Amino acid sequence: MEIERREIMKRVYISFLLLAALLMMPSFILAQTPVKGGTLTWGRGGDSVTLDLAQATDGESIKAGIQVLENLVIFKKDTMDVEPQLATSWEVSKDGLVWTFKLRKGVKFHDGTPFNANAVKVSFERVIDKNHPFYKYGTWRYPALGLGPVKEVKVIDDYTVALRTEKPYAPLVANLALWLCPILSPAAIEKYKEDIGRNPVGTGPFKFVKWIKDDQIILERNDDYRGQKPHLDRIILKAIPEVSARFMALQSGAVDIADDLDPDSIEMAKSNTNFKIIERPSVNVGYLAVNTKKPILSNKLVRQAISHAVDKQTIVKTIFRGLAIPAKNPYPPSIWGYNNKIVDYDYSVQKAKGLLAKAGYPNGFDIELWAMPVSRAYMPEPVKTAELIQAYLAAVGINAKIVRYEWGVYLDKTAKGEHDMCMLGWLGGNADPDNFLYGLLSSDNAKPPAANIAFWENAEFDKLVKDAQTVFDKAKRTQLYLRAQEIFHEEVPWVPLVHSTIVRVYNKKLHDVPLRPNGLNSFQMIWKEK
Amino acid sequence: MAKFISRRLFHLIFILIGVSILVFLMLRLIPGDPAHLLVGEFASPADVARIREKLGLDRSYPYQYYIYVKNLLKGDMGVSVRSNVPVSQEVFVRFLATVELSIVAMLISSFIGIMAGVISSVRKYSIFDYCSMVMALAGISMPIFWLGLMLMYLFSVKWGILPMMGRYTMGLDHHVIAGLVILDSLLSGDLQLFFNSLKHLILPAFTLATIPMAIIARMTRSSMLEVMSKDYIRTARAKGLSYGAVIFRHALKNAFLPIITVIGLNFGLLLGGAVLTETIFSWPGLGRYVVDSLSARDYPAVQGCILFFAVIMVVVNLAVDILYFYLDPRLRIDGKG
Repeated sequence: MEIERREIMKRVYISFLLLAALLMMPSFILAQTPVKGGTLTWGRGGDSVTLDLAQATDGESIKAGIQVLENLVIFKKDTMDVEPQLATSWEVSKDGLVWTFKLRKGVKFHDGTPFNANAVKVSFERVIDKNHPFYKYGTWRYPALGLGPVKEVKVIDDYTVALRTEKPYAPLVANLALWLCPILSPAAIEKYKEDIGRNPVGTGPFKFVKWIKDDQIILERNDDYRGQKPHLDRIILKAIPEVSARFMALQSGAVDIADDLDPDSIEMAKSNTNFKIIERPSVNVGYLAVNTKKPILSNKLVRQAISHAVDKQTIVKTIFRGLAIPAKNPYPPSIWGYNNKIVDYDYSVQKAKGLLAKAGYPNGFDIELWAMPVSRAYMPEPVKTAELIQAYLAAVGINAKIVRYEWGVYLDKTAKGEHDMCMLGWLGGNADPDNFLYGLLSSDNAKPPAANIAFWENAEFDKLVKDAQTVFDKAKRTQLYLRAQEIFHEEVPWVPLVHSTIVRVYNKKLHDVPLRPNGLNSFQMIWKEK
Repeated sequence: MAKFISRRLFHLIFILIGVSILVFLMLRLIPGDPAHLLVGEFASPADVARIREKLGLDRSYPYQYYIYVKNLLKGDMGVSVRSNVPVSQEVFVRFLATVELSIVAMLISSFIGIMAGVISSVRKYSIFDYCSMVMALAGISMPIFWLGLMLMYLFSVKWGILPMMGRYTMGLDHHVIAGLVILDSLLSGDLQLFFNSLKHLILPAFTLATIPMAIIARMTRSSMLEVMSKDYIRTARAKGLSYGAVIFRHALKNAFLPIITVIGLNFGLLLGGAVLTETIFSWPGLGRYVVDSLSARDYPAVQGCILFFAVIMVVVNLAVDILYFYLDPRLRIDGKG
């Protein structure tokens, strides 16, 4: 009797469970098929400056602009590999000087005008040609990173365009995938003139609707978009400058995505089942540059000693709360050509002291350590980091004095080489090793005002990175970069500190949320549960 | 009266000249190269040099000032370095957002402040007096940042009664007429937007109102106490006037001059934008704009804003002085010239 009753109860229990599972099933299945419609509200730290991305330098402009504008080529959804966007294919001439792009047909700008080779020509020439009638409509801030190497843009036919560079320049395709090289409607540029940045007209999945300064930008679905049309009706980008307020906005449901949260909020979000979180290694590096032109620091042994003295693991744990990885090379593992065979200088007070003694400084020395005045993803708490490094150096007998300047002055003085050691970082926008190695460590860039703020000059390293610019075979380029990183490791012009992790926190109602290592994505595929 | 106003407006010219020189020099004396800040740490030195030339920063200071004033006289405040948009446009839109917030904050702070001050003075040394004066002290000393975030957390996140930020719910359509959402929504008969924007104003306006409220309450109390001991109050009472009439018609009216001064001064300050409140509540106002512009060394934008503030301060002070004429009959006789 007793057994029977138990058995019945068990059956009831099981059938109840089955029923519950059945009831939950449809919503589970439904949740996986994209729902059309809805508004995505996107909370971020600040407003955009301009939506003409060829003029943009700040992340907030780029985030919004890439929803509206498209390039010839673009990075893949979740990696930094390049794929076609408005181009369909491309080839390089034998001498490596002429890049010919075949363009997509039947694409229209949001104002209804057709996309063609002339649009590419106008969009590019206004940036690189001082005599172009549209040149004066903008402030072109980073030509060196984008279209700088291009000397001529030639229309071959309506759907073929050729770019000529002065020297063979292998990273060009990666440059073209950057936000700096968007294709805009020539008719719109002519119509809006200087105001094109407030009225962007591109070919992207979303159309620009309205911009209320310092408040919100409204975009809506481009129903004429080729291929997969966006699921969302609208995107509203809302500027919420205060980070706690931004997180509260996410908690209260006022926004669906909150960008650039602090480690504390991320920690809280992780324990909240209403949110989903994606983490990805970024394409940046935070580093401590050692000015190799200063007498004591010109000694390689001293620089190696400093490398042994700094405990990067602790920096990652305390400053970044685990949202970073310690760096051993000048660029992060998310970029190709990363030399993983290199073994980092381990944290060892003994080894550091030994090297210092060998270099002739058994009792250490006095030195200045410059701390950045602003926080960046690669250096969220520069002063605390500087204090940590100061303590590490003190442990091996090096007496570091922390020096601070206002940001503009800091950049200016470090570019002139007035520092002993200074902190800085780099975000490799185009995810090409050249961007880090040539840009920040070649002797070409070691003359004031310098980008190579270690003022390090090494003939072999120079030759490797310059050769790599002219080689178009990726495998061969990789070999050159692997060797360059070995030299960097041996010579220690910087102590590479960390590569930060990029995090996106969003409401669980959202699906198919992408995250590229540089944090810049089109939101075309996102859909929102009702 | 007209003579008085025109004389004050004439002074404005000299104030503006002084302010323009001061701001121009101070901006250039604080360290930081706008060109470098504009392009950031990722720009090549050649890019920086090109931008510096484009902004005219490679010219001498007197020449830069000459160009600045020349354009100013034509009504051109220059173009913002960061956004490439004329400064006058940038300032005006944000100013309207600030005006809306400031007016509501001043209404709240004046009403509550005066009420608390009057009651405190009438019930001197009572529990109410002690409580309200302690509250006033707390109001002055409480960090706005903390208060704003706490209010936001309680009213928006926890209880969900009030919206937490912005001027109105994202995506609502605001048909711009005058630029003030409350006014525009009434003019266009959009009641939904009207109540929506009113609700959005409550938290930021209250946060912004705390400090002026406290100052006004204390000023009202001390000014009332002084007046209440005057002979004419005793006379009024002896006449058999009702208590309320004595306080509001005789005492408060006479105590009003210093209160008006404080209100005017605070209103002027609020119109310059409240950085903290605007930042916490994502309010697209002028305060945030000035700070952002200053940290980017956006010379034309900062110069424009400060000149604008100078005009506002002068105008608000003038308005207060004109109010004096109406409030104080003695001034009308003595100060005719």
